[in-house]
Amino acid sequence: MANISFTVNGRSRTVDVPEDMPILWAVRDVIGLTGTKFGCGIAQCGACTVHLDGEPIRSCIIPVSAAAGKSITTIEGLSSDRSHPVQQAWIEEDVPQCGYCQSGQIMSAVALLAKNPDPTDDEIDAALAGNICRCGTYMRIRRAVRRAAEIG
Amino acid sequence: MTGTKIDRRDFIKITGAAGAGLTLGLYLPGCAREPAGPAERVALNAWVHIDTDGGVRLIVDRSEMGQGVATSLPMLLAEELEVPFEAVRFEFAPVDAAYVNPAVGMQGTGGSTSVRAAWEPLRRTGAAARMMLVAAAAERWGVPAAECRAEAGRVMHEATGKDAAYGELAEAAAGQPMPEEVTLKPPAEFRLVGTARSRLDTPAKTDGSAVFGIDVQREGLLVASVARCPVFGGRVASYDDAAARAVPGVRDVVQFEDRVAVIGDNYWAALQGRRALEIEWDEGENAGQSSERISAQFRQLAARPGAVARDDGNAGASIARASRRLEAAYDLPYLAHATMEPMNATADVRADRCEVWAPTQNQTGTQQFAAGIAGLAPEQVTVHTTYLGGGFGRRFELDFVSDAVNCSKAVGAPVKAVWSREDDVRHDWYRPASYHVLRAGLDADGRPVGWSHRMVVPSIVKRVFPDWFQNGIDAEAVEAAVGLPYGIPAVRVEYHDADTGVPVGFWRSVNHTQNAFVIECFMDELARAAGRDPYEYRRELLADAPRHLRVLERAASAAGWGDSPGEGRGRGIAVHESFGSFVAQVADVSIEDGRVRVQRVVCAVDCGPTVNPSIIEAQIRSAMVYGLTAALYGEITIEGGRAVQGNFHDYQMLRINEMPEVEVHIVESEDAIGGIGEVGTPPIAPAVANAVFALTGEPVRKLPIRV
Repeated sequence: MANISFTVNGRSRTVDVPEDMPILWAVRDVIGLTGTKFGCGIAQCGACTVHLDGEPIRSCIIPVSAAAGKSITTIEGLSSDRSHPVQQAWIEEDVPQCGYCQSGQIMSAVALLAKNPDPTDDEIDAALAGNICRCGTYMRIRRAVRRAAEIG
Repeated sequence: MTGTKIDRRDFIKITGAAGAGLTLGLYLPGCAREPAGPAERVALNAWVHIDTDGGVRLIVDRSEMGQGVATSLPMLLAEELEVPFEAVRFEFAPVDAAYVNPAVGMQGTGGSTSVRAAWEPLRRTGAAARMMLVAAAAERWGVPAAECRAEAGRVMHEATGKDAAYGELAEAAAGQPMPEEVTLKPPAEFRLVGTARSRLDTPAKTDGSAVFGIDVQREGLLVASVARCPVFGGRVASYDDAAARAVPGVRDVVQFEDRVAVIGDNYWAALQGRRALEIEWDEGENAGQSSERISAQFRQLAARPGAVARDDGNAGASIARASRRLEAAYDLPYLAHATMEPMNATADVRADRCEVWAPTQNQTGTQQFAAGIAGLAPEQVTVHTTYLGGGFGRRFELDFVSDAVNCSKAVGAPVKAVWSREDDVRHDWYRPASYHVLRAGLDADGRPVGWSHRMVVPSIVKRVFPDWFQNGIDAEAVEAAVGLPYGIPAVRVEYHDADTGVPVGFWRSVNHTQNAFVIECFMDELARAAGRDPYEYRRELLADAPRHLRVLERAASAAGWGDSPGEGRGRGIAVHESFGSFVAQVADVSIEDGRVRVQRVVCAVDCGPTVNPSIIEAQIRSAMVYGLTAALYGEITIEGGRAVQGNFHDYQMLRINEMPEVEVHIVESEDAIGGIGEVGTPPIAPAVANAVFALTGEPVRKLPIRV
């Protein structure tokens, strides 16, 4: 066990957990932010995507020790009122079905648009290929990313 | 205009528990009226609750697993209730006799029954609540109710200019008698039904606030990771938990039934503890089971006649004397559900009560099962249905509920049992593997004169709904084969059950996926043998199946059937009826790097009246992707009595970069309303297989498709 400090959505946090605990479980079970989801535990599905110093990561395999002194952004940190352009676009396109993967999809989309404000469909596909949606919302995801690019 | 008698059973007295539910994750304790605060909640019936400040809460008595019931069911209520849809909030129902799904005789969600079963009753329920509000206003104003009008959450009396909001009338309305008769709007007057309203659950699913089962939090909550024998049906022989107990954060290790659970402060602690467990398993009689053995078992069974499920004409003789005879055998694999949210449930078992929070499709079963484990009466068990991160039939089962209730009972604290993805894939109730032998005879013109379908399909209903298994026949397994829509004079369908030791269960459209695949692929083989275009061949044989024909023609014309799909591409078509709806799909495929790539899918659907075309479009695409994923990748293989695959690296899902362009055409229809959540799945595998057949000249007789 070790005290590890970082910020989550701009707020300083210190957790007393084993160093090898994945960021996912520190965020969900210790800090109590459950918007980030567990899907596979081996970085295959993207449901656990958060940003670490702005970079999208699969939080289910990155140990919390790697976050020491860094900044984590989760779905809850995008806005306090769903006003982030990607959230707006997701709402306008009515993307989610079961909704379980959508936090991860949105976090991947936000990271893509931060680097590439006007992605092509192929670039959207490449950036989001790590995020599985079992409901098959992919067409609306593509449309929502394009719309977010327009709003943003 | 139709006058409809109200079924009194729709209007059970609202008891305490009926007010409880989940509002975007906020649990409201069980009371018909909320405590404190300026607004009080008034239940006009089991589905319509009006707050005295005007808020409208509609109770959703089916599980929201992506299929849109938390929007479509409130739309049915709101249509007749006359409230602005944007103002509506919804809550998931507690367990109550009022919410029994008439299609299955229990409170649960499956078989694409939700909207079909609710289509009239929920509109009647909304209308009755509106009439009580109108009656209350009329009484207050001393005017005839017939002179009052309800609109946008208000009652108005034009002659006197009086008007009142529903919130002001709610308490008086609750005292009004239930109307004996209601009159429903004719469809031409619908203002909500038939429109593409945004889903009510979308906002909560874009900011992390939607509460799925795995997100449930309680004071003092512990988390369990539960080990099951990797071999189906195996049991615990002995175990050593010393190392597990030494893991920081592990609180307890308990054994129940055939499992050992490690319970900790959080999932990671529980999982680490479980990895440190040393368990000696008694692998039992399935230890030698394998896909190879199952395949041999199926072939052996198929070599002899099965129970006869349909026998029209003399198919055997017709085929024997036909000018041309065809035979094909088809192999379909076991399939896992792989919902995005792994199985989980939370339970808090106390001496005199139990609460369960579950992403379940089976509320009645959850309550009864939890009561049995906890040693309580069902009415002492409160079930909170959360959002479901996918269902597909998997969450009809109760194994994950059992984990949570057993663990909570053992440690005397609230426990959330969370499965790993490997647990989920390796301990599923799989879509059964199956084997089908099809034979047909063609006359000199290439028309089929006899059709025989012998299938070996391990029965699901024998375990789940035993009444549906009669005289050696699983009614679900044979349904689509018996209902063959093509005009063939002699048809024989035979069925074999097979006990393999591999657990089987419902899976998005289940047996329809099997029968649609084999029937529609075999039809293409017949068309080819007859030298006919597969679309024209079907059209001719569907002359007496107008709803099949309509979607087939619509999909074909929208896809440009007669045009070339382009260089290096093949095009295939399939049509299938399931759950009261009719779907045809045309798929264009290419082969890249030895793999099938689906470029485009055109779908046509006739589901009768449409409640929400946006949800219909989304569901047809969704179900298509589910079936396409299975057709391209899906296969659980069995070795040493266990499932070989375990996670998304070896049980692959379709990803966004493989997503074809999909068009959905809704055929206008005044026929009976059909289901929508599953009906897009069955036709896609044969449509893609037929496209591959068109491209390569080799028929596809085995799934997943390998080229």
